[in-house]
Amino acid sequence: MALFGSLFCRLVLGFVIVFLFLPILIVLTVSFSSSAVFAFPPPGFSLRWYASLANADSMLQAVWLSTQIAALSTAISLVLGTLCAIAITRGMIPGAKVVATFMASPLMLPGLVLGIAFLQAARDFGLRDTYSTLLIAHVVITMPFIMRTVLASLSLFDFAMVDAARMLGRSYPAALWTVLVPNILPGFVSGGLFAFIASFDNYPVSIFLVDVRTKTLPIQLLNQVEMSPDPTVAAISALLILGTIAALIVCDRLVGLKRMASI
Amino acid sequence: MTLARDDLAVASTAKPARWSFDAKALIAAPGLIFMGLAFAVPVLMLIGDSFVDRDGLSLAGYRKVLGDPYYIGIIGNSLQLACITTAVCLAVGYPAAWALARIRGVWQVILFALIFLPLTVSIVVKTFGLTIMMRRDGIINFLLVNLGFIERPMRLVFTEFSLYFGMVNVFLPFMILPLYSVMRMLDPRLLDASASLGAGPVHTFLRVTLPLTMPGVIAGGTLVFSISVAAYVTPGLLVGDRFMTMSQVMAKAYLNIRDFQLGASMAVIMLVISAALILASSYLVRTPGGERR
Repeated sequence: MALFGSLFCRLVLGFVIVFLFLPILIVLTVSFSSSAVFAFPPPGFSLRWYASLANADSMLQAVWLSTQIAALSTAISLVLGTLCAIAITRGMIPGAKVVATFMASPLMLPGLVLGIAFLQAARDFGLRDTYSTLLIAHVVITMPFIMRTVLASLSLFDFAMVDAARMLGRSYPAALWTVLVPNILPGFVSGGLFAFIASFDNYPVSIFLVDVRTKTLPIQLLNQVEMSPDPTVAAISALLILGTIAALIVCDRLVGLKRMASI
Repeated sequence: MTLARDDLAVASTAKPARWSFDAKALIAAPGLIFMGLAFAVPVLMLIGDSFVDRDGLSLAGYRKVLGDPYYIGIIGNSLQLACITTAVCLAVGYPAAWALARIRGVWQVILFALIFLPLTVSIVVKTFGLTIMMRRDGIINFLLVNLGFIERPMRLVFTEFSLYFGMVNVFLPFMILPLYSVMRMLDPRLLDASASLGAGPVHTFLRVTLPLTMPGVIAGGTLVFSISVAAYVTPGLLVGDRFMTMSQVMAKAYLNIRDFQLGASMAVIMLVISAALILASSYLVRTPGGERR
């Protein structure tokens, strides 16, 4: 009976993995199809949709914009979030627990609600520039990922090492930079990766903030899927998937996937 | 600077003996001020906006949403979507997470990575893949016809079947991972003990396994419910206007019909639902029986 149960659970697990990968594999298959319609099975193999990407200007612009926004917002969150996390961990500020919850709370709010709040606030404050509005909003989106991983890393860090560096003549900022930063690098890598993905993949917040000329990749992709779905969309999606896998492998080499996911 | 100063002022009134002003606390100031201005202020303003119309204070937005059967139905749709998605994810995810937690060695790492990887793929990309699968000439119809379940391909896009199929596909890992992290900690000897004391498998499951894994069920359930009640991309592409949800109404209110009070009221109602859910789950985890992390 117990054997039967464990066999059943394993079957379900196998089924789940196939199920989860189906849409991803379908996108990969379609991107190599020789036909412009999405028939299954595809009639032949070709790389023409990848070749056509070179001319997809609006798509490439969107990729570039999303990359910039994701990289900049992750970098800003890393700096602001880490400084805050140090103050929280060291008990420098009162109500540390409340502050930590506050800094991580954008993750708990529905994305659309955040997006609407940013849209209204940008209007009320007279912030017209799409790029900076997007960037500010994405710092808020990425902050919780940084806070969670950096707080977890700092809880294992021995601050006596910073004091030691100061006694040996380093200034406080220099001590943080040379002792603390290398020690919690794994936290930075995994938090930064998730923050980057969260920003790069964000739809519900960005949809309220983009304009006709400035569109992030998810918005541009969804537009294309709704208007004129063709395998070019599949080709760019396939490249995105491969890029993500490459990033995961690099980060796995640096810090280990298990550790990344557990935080 | 105001935020940090306020915090320090509170500290010095609470503990008058401690005069020392720690200048290092200022390192928290940039992040706190930024999040205060860019996050707390906009959300509070949105809540304020929902109580205001052109003539000043008003509850017209809420009267519109909560007094109209159409909008009540939409809130119902969102809750139904979240309930069914959560239930299916739990029913499928529980045994899958159990198998994942019981497997040892290199296989566990590989299978874990396979559950984790789809999470990092863009939701837009996955939903795009789902719409291709659901086509009349797509893989689902191909399989159904070739396996002899149906005679001719049937229409799947824009049906509730494709909606739930897609929602479960996108959100299932969010159920499996919290379940897995709790199940991994469960001592398998407890199950042997239960069996050796004469309990059957069903009894063992109900009295030992389920209570011990309840924190994972609550965590996964809360996570899947709260993201699927607010889902926008997946329902939008898979059923569209045939199954309106709160998210669609909010997006339409701002992007198309420009009824900001309607959008703000809907947003606050969604905010209340999410907050209630988070509070309820943290209460459940703390009560005896759930508290075994």
